[in-house]
Amino acid sequence: MISVDVLGPLLPAVPFACALVGLLLPLRARRPAAVLAVGGAAVALLIGIALALRFRQPFGTSVELVDFGGLPVTFGVRVDWAAVYVALAVGVVALAVQAYSVSYLADDDRYVPYAAQVSLFTAAMLLVVVSGDLIVLLVGWEVMGICSYLLIGHDRTLPEAPGAAVKAFLVTRVGDVGFLLGIALLGIEAGSFRIADVLGAIATGDLSGVVVTTAGLLLLAGVAGKSAQFPLHTWLPDAMAGPTPISALIHAATMVAAGIYVVTRLMPVFAGTPLTVLGVMAAITMLLGALAATAQDDIKRVLAWSTVSQLAYMAGALAVGAVAPALFHLLTHAAFKALLFLGAGSVIHAVGSNLMSRMGGLRRGMPVTFWSMTIGLGALMGLPPLAGFWSKDAILASTEGHLLYASGLATVVVTAWYATRLWLRTFFGAPRSDAAAHPHEAPPLMSVPVALLAVPSALLGFAAFLSGFGDRLVMPLPAEWVGEYSGTAAGGPAVVREAVELVHVGPALAWPLLCLAAGSLGAWLVWRRDRAADPARVLGPVRPVFANAFYLDAVQDALVIRPALGFARAVRRADESIVDGAVEGTGRGTLSLGGVLAAAHRSGLPRAATAVLAGALLIGLAAAALGGLA
Amino acid sequence: MTGVDALLLGLGAVAVGAALLVVTTRQVVRAGLWLVVTLGAVAGLYLVLAAELLAWVQVLLYVGAVVVLLLFAVMLTRAPIGVSRDLDRPGWPALLVGAGSGFGLAALLADVYRWSTVDFAPAGNAERVGADIFRTWVLPFEVLSVLLLAALVGAIVVSRPEIGGRR
Amino acid sequence: MHPTIPFVTAALLFGIGVYGVLRRRNAILVLMAVELMLNAVNLLLVAAGGLTGQVFALFVIVIAAAEVGVGLAIVLQLYRLRDTISVDTVPLSDPAPDPVVPVEAEALR
Repeated sequence: MISVDVLGPLLPAVPFACALVGLLLPLRARRPAAVLAVGGAAVALLIGIALALRFRQPFGTSVELVDFGGLPVTFGVRVDWAAVYVALAVGVVALAVQAYSVSYLADDDRYVPYAAQVSLFTAAMLLVVVSGDLIVLLVGWEVMGICSYLLIGHDRTLPEAPGAAVKAFLVTRVGDVGFLLGIALLGIEAGSFRIADVLGAIATGDLSGVVVTTAGLLLLAGVAGKSAQFPLHTWLPDAMAGPTPISALIHAATMVAAGIYVVTRLMPVFAGTPLTVLGVMAAITMLLGALAATAQDDIKRVLAWSTVSQLAYMAGALAVGAVAPALFHLLTHAAFKALLFLGAGSVIHAVGSNLMSRMGGLRRGMPVTFWSMTIGLGALMGLPPLAGFWSKDAILASTEGHLLYASGLATVVVTAWYATRLWLRTFFGAPRSDAAAHPHEAPPLMSVPVALLAVPSALLGFAAFLSGFGDRLVMPLPAEWVGEYSGTAAGGPAVVREAVELVHVGPALAWPLLCLAAGSLGAWLVWRRDRAADPARVLGPVRPVFANAFYLDAVQDALVIRPALGFARAVRRADESIVDGAVEGTGRGTLSLGGVLAAAHRSGLPRAATAVLAGALLIGLAAAALGGLA
Repeated sequence: MTGVDALLLGLGAVAVGAALLVVTTRQVVRAGLWLVVTLGAVAGLYLVLAAELLAWVQVLLYVGAVVVLLLFAVMLTRAPIGVSRDLDRPGWPALLVGAGSGFGLAALLADVYRWSTVDFAPAGNAERVGADIFRTWVLPFEVLSVLLLAALVGAIVVSRPEIGGRR
Repeated sequence: MHPTIPFVTAALLFGIGVYGVLRRRNAILVLMAVELMLNAVNLLLVAAGGLTGQVFALFVIVIAAAEVGVGLAIVLQLYRLRDTISVDTVPLSDPAPDPVVPVEAEALR
């Protein structure tokens, strides 16, 4: 039997090995690549389940990799229940996506590198989940960014794909600079990059408050980039240019959740000002994402903006220190958002277009997809008793009394509105295009993962009733760790902590339900008046503003991109004229000087005579002046 | 100011003045004739400076042979008789270097010697000069004769007409 | 006697000779100016040198005569070749080769 000490590092290692082998396969080896990809994801999930079954106590291991002059970098794992649950979620979604991709990309001739890259991504995400060292976490973080870039730009026939991939990479890069600086600051000040050492240094006060706050703000930049919070959210809607399974895996369930996850791992670093900033960002992003989703025609863009908004919920919960609700929502969101994206993929596959204006009345031809997506949209809205209701309610309850509560409730209204709109426009009414008139259900390899994901979307919420579930989501105290991280000697006094309540059944529950009903009913009423038209028409003049997300892309273009491009052009000009100019100018100068001397040699007789006599005169004058008049 | 000084000054003025005319006149033949005046004045200076043999040799060789040669060359190269306009090159480098060297040397020498006085050397008559040549300086004298032979041969070789035909 | 006077005369004659060498275009006039320079040197030798100076001046005169002979032979040869004895037309090095004509220009012709 393998011990948990080995299972921990094995978790990212298996998909990584599959990725390496997969990258070496030739393009026509589709079947081996598919087996490798799906198999790798399945094995990773099995390892996660084994870890969950054998998990007794939070533990950690570490092996020193490199020593940078006193600053060691270790490879190790730091596993507690939260890590196990998130790893399980990643495994499930990765497996679903890999299976789905085999069918979705059946006519794509670059499937083999795609599958390998998805395996690599899975390995990187799992590395971030279990990593016990900040540098190794950074490695996983960056590899995820690379895989996101590669996979968004996978379809080379799409004109917008390369631009979207570069945009995603650059915007997250801006955040990653801060992330790297924050990690460097923490590591150098604490003398070690191990997460346990850093948190220990904060607890004992070795790290000054200024250092911790600065590091927290820097790390926040990376979190905002990866988790698409204002102002670094602009990349996520454009990233929908990638294949739909990628949107499900990376941009809904896992990578974007990595930012939230890192905040929960390093909560003490973010205490104080960083969390306040995060709260403000969350409040803005929540409504921004939801409002933008109301006016989109592309079904994937609605879901992308919805992701931005839901991530803001998690960020908002973290901002008030409610770690357990945030992680709970992360898990349920992974399930229902992956479900929604994969289902949207089936719909797009059937209709041949992303746009809802070409869909309609699909529920008769695609029953499995219809019912799965109904559950998914219900979870998204927060309809009881589906999973999303319980997690969203936990968040709202924890933010009571804050500004975040008000924006959270407002977002519930808008979320219900756009979710209902999407449901009605896609599956009800008359078909608005030929393809929509003759839909076919997706092949089983696509519809089965979608249906299977509906199960956790519906039932995961009830986990909140399990005793100890909420406690498990909060980071354990140092005393509870074993292995390398044990905080106190074995047999020390047991530390008692306040139990975490995830379920709040009470009168306050009425408010979210009322908002839900208002939003949903409103959308339905508008739709009923004209079933063929887009309910978004009631937005009137505001619609283009919402559709363009308050023109923030244009703002970003003016404030950042143009100055950067202008600066780059200026640097290039300076390089060409000054640096190259100096080098070439030296050559040209030497040549012209040589030419002058050559011309002097070619001069005629009289000029030569003048030169000789003038030279003699000068020498005579010099002799007279220097030698005195002796 | 003794008579010697007056003679020196006068002859010197004539020499310098005629030399100026040599280099500035616009007529080639007149330049040659002014050269005669200059060389004659210098011969006169030699006489005053008690270099008698030299003075007459100067007249014989310079005025008699060299100037004649120069005038022959003027005729053979069809130099224009009368005023010719394009006889001079740009003047400022020549003026600079010429004035610089002339006035520089003059200043140097005047600065060294001021108004000092020396006695005359013994008169350089034929007997004394000849004795000096054939005792102390006989070797350079012989070499000079070889030089004259070489110059003679060289002049003939250079002025052969076939050189013009051979291309 | 005061030697300054012949010295200054010699210096001025030398300067005038240099001026003439650099200013005159006709080769014979240049040779005349060279003679002036030689005479200036002779004068200096005689005024400052005593008996030895006179001997040297004698030698200089002989050399000058030889030089004028050869020099004028060259000038006459130049006149035969070029039909002019302007010193401006005497090149000191071989003329530069003709620039390469581009192939297209050849083809156009």
